[in-house]
Amino acid sequence: MEYISLITGFIMLMIGLWGILTQKNIIKIIISFTIFDSAINIIIISIGYISGRTAPILDKAVPVKDAVTKIVDPIPQALVLTSIVISLGVTALMLAYALKLHKYKNTLEINKFKDLKW
Amino acid sequence: MVRKFLIFILLATFSVIFINLYQDFKGQDKLNDLSTYYAENEPQELGAQNIVTSIVVTYRGFDTLGEVTILFLAASIIGFFLKIKESDKNKKRELRKTSEILETASKILVPLIFLLGVYVFANGHLTPGGGFQGGAIMASGMVLMLLANPEKDVKHSLFSGIESISGFTYVILGLLGIYFAYGFLDNRVLPLGQFGNIFSAGLIPVIYTFIGLKVGSELTNIVGNLKETQKETE
Amino acid sequence: MILNIIAIFLCLAILVMAVIAVIHKKLIIAIIASGVVSLFASIIFLLLAAPDVAMTEAAIGSGLTTIIFFYVLNKIRKESNG
Repeated sequence: MEYISLITGFIMLMIGLWGILTQKNIIKIIISFTIFDSAINIIIISIGYISGRTAPILDKAVPVKDAVTKIVDPIPQALVLTSIVISLGVTALMLAYALKLHKYKNTLEINKFKDLKW
Repeated sequence: MVRKFLIFILLATFSVIFINLYQDFKGQDKLNDLSTYYAENEPQELGAQNIVTSIVVTYRGFDTLGEVTILFLAASIIGFFLKIKESDKNKKRELRKTSEILETASKILVPLIFLLGVYVFANGHLTPGGGFQGGAIMASGMVLMLLANPEKDVKHSLFSGIESISGFTYVILGLLGIYFAYGFLDNRVLPLGQFGNIFSAGLIPVIYTFIGLKVGSELTNIVGNLKETQKETE
Repeated sequence: MILNIIAIFLCLAILVMAVIAVIHKKLIIAIIASGVVSLFASIIFLLLAAPDVAMTEAAIGSGLTTIIFFYVLNKIRKESNG
């Protein structure tokens, strides 16, 4: 199960990276960034999975005494929780920049913004 | 033409790296040492049933403080960037009337969504959930209210006030841990209680309540700022 | 065994949706496809025994991100037309 999701995460990462590098509309570049972030989260969680075990919550299904033999790794889940919320903040900030750029030049092709080229 | 060739070389290099990583990967069959320490010592030391919650709030609590700072920075930059002129603020737009199903359903659903959000972050230490999930659910409830009454706006002063007070209280609770317990953001300030009660695990429910309120009001401010830009003209 | 079959279906569906989101010419369909990618990723998180992460990804990735994309798209269309 973790092999399937790992290979899916890697292919999705390549699709997102290809989208960032070749697309011309700024909104398409931002959509590719969200796909890239989701792929990274899938890769991190599938590294911590152990076959045949269950979620790291100690209730009736996982008694306290043998918690060590019945739960998956809880540390990657804590890291991914932070990463999902931050990716929302960064996406919202990129969209605010895209709005201001469109107001300035009335177009959204990234080839037309040549002010910083030397 | 050169650009396409360089992009192809970059993607081919990444593919070679990922294929090597995938071939070296072996599925694990037992937990590593740090997770074994967390799984064995966490019920006595901290008393929470949800191990991911206790890692996010107590063991790696400083990272959560950094994340809350990053969200605050992003929300304030968006609020500064998308300011509209005072003359445009009170303009009325001609909007299509919203459908009756949406208006009636939102009157029933919005209090239930808020109740679900409060339940999710108050029970963060017993069931899956916590502050970030509860805050996002409450922001979704506010978005439903905005969609059902498009003339009304988000009151920015109220949500900014809630956000600032919650963030400030979160840091004060962390400082209390230095004086009354074993370190910054420790949760043994309040008694640990009985395993499985709602009033257990010390300070974790209180901290998560304030994080949930802060995240919810920040996301509402972001969506409200993006909605107000619809009003301005050239 | 049945879990592996469901996982293979989900992974094929998520890859097809990601390609549609990057390639398609109309922006509305690309935005909706990225919302569907987040939704399927949330189901994959649940199959990988991570319920906290699945809840967060469903609420934030598939709900709020799509809403803010639509607000920006509306403003850009209005400025391009009028």
